Amino acid sequence: MEIRPILASLRKHRIPTLLIVLQIALACAVLCNAVFMIGKRVSDMHLPNAMDEAGTVVVNVQGTDEKLVAADIPRNLAALRGIAGAQAVSVVHTMPLSRNNWGWSFGLTPDAPVSDPNNLNVTLYFAGENADKAMGLQLRQGRFFNAEEYADSKVDGGAVPSTHVMVVTETLAKKLWPGQSALGKTVYSKPYYFTVIGIVADVLRPYTFALDHDRSYYDIFLPVAPDAVLHEYILRGAPADRERIAREAVAKLQQLNPQAVVKGQTYQSIRDQYFANSQSMVWILVLVCLVMLAVTAFGIVGLTSFWVSQRRRQIGIRRAVGATRGDILRYFRTENFLLSSAGVLIGMVLAFGINLYLMQHYELERMPWYYLPGGALTLWLIGQLAVLGPATRAASVPPVIATQST
Amino acid sequence: MLGYYVDLAVRSLKRSPGLTVLMILAIGFGVGASMTSYSVFRAVSGDPIPWKSSHLYVPQIDVWGPKGHQDGSNNNDPPDAMDYTDAVALMRDHRAKLQSAMYRVSPSIVPPDASKHPINVGGHAVYSEFFPMVDAPFKYGSGWSAAEDSQRAAVVVLNGDINQKLFGGQNSVGKTVNIDGKDYRVVGVLDNWNPKPVFFDVVNTGGFTTGHEDVFIPFQRAIDVGMPNDGNTNCSEIPKGSGFVGLQQSSCVWIAYMAELDDKAAVTAYHDYLDAYFRDQKQAGRFSWPLNNRLRDLPAWLDSEHVVPSDTKVSLLVALGLLVVCLVNTAGLLLAKFLRRSSEIGVRRALGAPRLAIYTQFLVEAAIVGLTGGALGLLLTWGGVHGVSWVLPKEISTLARLDVGLLALTLLVAVVATMLAGLYPTFRASRVQPALQLKSN
Repeated sequence: MEIRPILASLRKHRIPTLLIVLQIALACAVLCNAVFMIGKRVSDMHLPNAMDEAGTVVVNVQGTDEKLVAADIPRNLAALRGIAGAQAVSVVHTMPLSRNNWGWSFGLTPDAPVSDPNNLNVTLYFAGENADKAMGLQLRQGRFFNAEEYADSKVDGGAVPSTHVMVVTETLAKKLWPGQSALGKTVYSKPYYFTVIGIVADVLRPYTFALDHDRSYYDIFLPVAPDAVLHEYILRGAPADRERIAREAVAKLQQLNPQAVVKGQTYQSIRDQYFANSQSMVWILVLVCLVMLAVTAFGIVGLTSFWVSQRRRQIGIRRAVGATRGDILRYFRTENFLLSSAGVLIGMVLAFGINLYLMQHYELERMPWYYLPGGALTLWLIGQLAVLGPATRAASVPPVIATQST
Repeated sequence: MLGYYVDLAVRSLKRSPGLTVLMILAIGFGVGASMTSYSVFRAVSGDPIPWKSSHLYVPQIDVWGPKGHQDGSNNNDPPDAMDYTDAVALMRDHRAKLQSAMYRVSPSIVPPDASKHPINVGGHAVYSEFFPMVDAPFKYGSGWSAAEDSQRAAVVVLNGDINQKLFGGQNSVGKTVNIDGKDYRVVGVLDNWNPKPVFFDVVNTGGFTTGHEDVFIPFQRAIDVGMPNDGNTNCSEIPKGSGFVGLQQSSCVWIAYMAELDDKAAVTAYHDYLDAYFRDQKQAGRFSWPLNNRLRDLPAWLDSEHVVPSDTKVSLLVALGLLVVCLVNTAGLLLAKFLRRSSEIGVRRALGAPRLAIYTQFLVEAAIVGLTGGALGLLLTWGGVHGVSWVLPKEISTLARLDVGLLALTLLVAVVATMLAGLYPTFRASRVQPALQLKSN
């Protein structure tokens, strides 16, 4: 296909040509970055969380008499165990993705104080008896806590429980002791210290970290005897039963603790709430992308149609002197291909620049390279699809037009 | 004459209806989609009161001096809360439109039903202007009056949850609640108001908290009855006096403060006032270090307290990108259309139309496209902002409010952009000799 006549014709319509190229470039740049942001959020939302998310129910009990917890908690747990379908029952102080974090920082040397800048900040999960079963944690090495360890560990308004054993996640174990077995190793935060007795599959923290997914898994599980900090009752059952279990658990706990504020929900709803903003953001970004692609496509349709109607006579003459329908079709498709190519080339540079700018000014990661050709390909395809209609119409211009006067 | 041009423009637009519809749709969708997405982005960006956050300011006074921030970790920022002396002085001076000092309380409520145990609740001691300042939504009644502030009246505003618990959700205005053993009259009930983050007191709540705001009671009343602070207290030295009264006399910071300032002049005036206040106190011998006050608006404040992610601006850029794509699109189409009409311009010029008349004619045509597109955009924005409640969770969609100023600006940009697009081809065509254009046809 000869492209020189196309270029000559485009040169005659310099400004509209420039604008359509600019539009394709902008669309390509915004598309790449928007899709990248969508992908980032979706991957955040799908961070694996090795617990039984589908079958767990969480009931929050607030405002009970702190002096009576030692008796109240076992009584409440016993009542919850009586609920049909509840396979395991426990009490903890917070759950993954609940935004309620109990953080502490630890070092690897016995004299590391809590404020040491080299310490690693982790989430403490205070586990009541059977918490591993109620949450559906997956043990990878070692063991979970025994009855004695639970009974010996008190918080009593302090910062950290009095136990000396802990269970860590796989990612934390790898982070603290790379290439070694974590079992039997100890972390310190003077005067506290905890020794690893078990390793579980990765469970998320109450907060996730978008920029460093590994950090979202720095958890330490500590055994805790019935204590005032434990007010999230968890029950595990079949996913189909969870709504009913939640209802019955709330009713039972409210009945046992009439003065307390009792709120129950499935773990799924905690997760949904945590990601509600991301979810909304994703939907809107998808909407933005769709509107933008549609507008770009319609812009191409509009401009090409207009050019076709302006050039009916020239097309007629070309047809009269022997051009086939295919030639005409090819002409407009090649023209569009040239415009799109120029657009996406500028667009990819622009997309890269925007990404650099966002990285510098906001906490955003570098866009993987394949987003650029991906966006370019999308716009090429859209351009070709959009030009198909007007080009077909151009191809159907009869040669006889050439003989008519305007 | 203008009527004639409008007529001409409509005729011309009707000649290529497809193109006209495309241009109008592009502007409409551009304005509508970018404004809708912007308002949703703003809602999810963690700003709990986006329609007002730029009018809410948090003053900071450097009561500790350099010794208080030796670690240098925070850019020499003054303490992020106030001591009692300054909070009360600022309230007394009353220089902002609305303002309130506040601190977190955690009293217990004795239910009217004697068989029930007392309930531990959370809440804040605030001044009367707190409620209008933060746009707290009342279900029943209202806040208390400024007079009741100074009388230290025993009044309380309940949140929806606790009203449900105590009064079964009925209108409890005028009823009595026993708080820490004393009777308080209910003056208002909020409609389950739980902003996240708790923007009016991020220091004491860490922004996000699972604790609820159950009760609000008058600040001076809470001080009088010695209701202790349940939030953070930070001290640079050990208080001389003991207990809650000792805390009030100390330089420990534990009180949050917020002021509503509606325009730049008010902000400048308030900043000057803060500085003058500091100098007065320095002269009185309280401070021996240089002036180091801050007055941040709510977004900047949340940012400095690391509460809100920096997504807002990124998303604004995305919305802006969409708008620009749509405008470029329309401009391109309009140009293509207008550039083809040099012969028409030639005819009009040859018949004696001055350049100004040509400009007017084409600008009218461009403006019609711009305005119609803008009107469609307005409609789509309105529909979009109301329609998001179908797709998005309620707590987000209720936050998605329109920013009227920004919308007006967008419309203006849309119309000006189309008119500019109309100007260029007119300029080019009207410069050519009429005879040449007539001949070329």
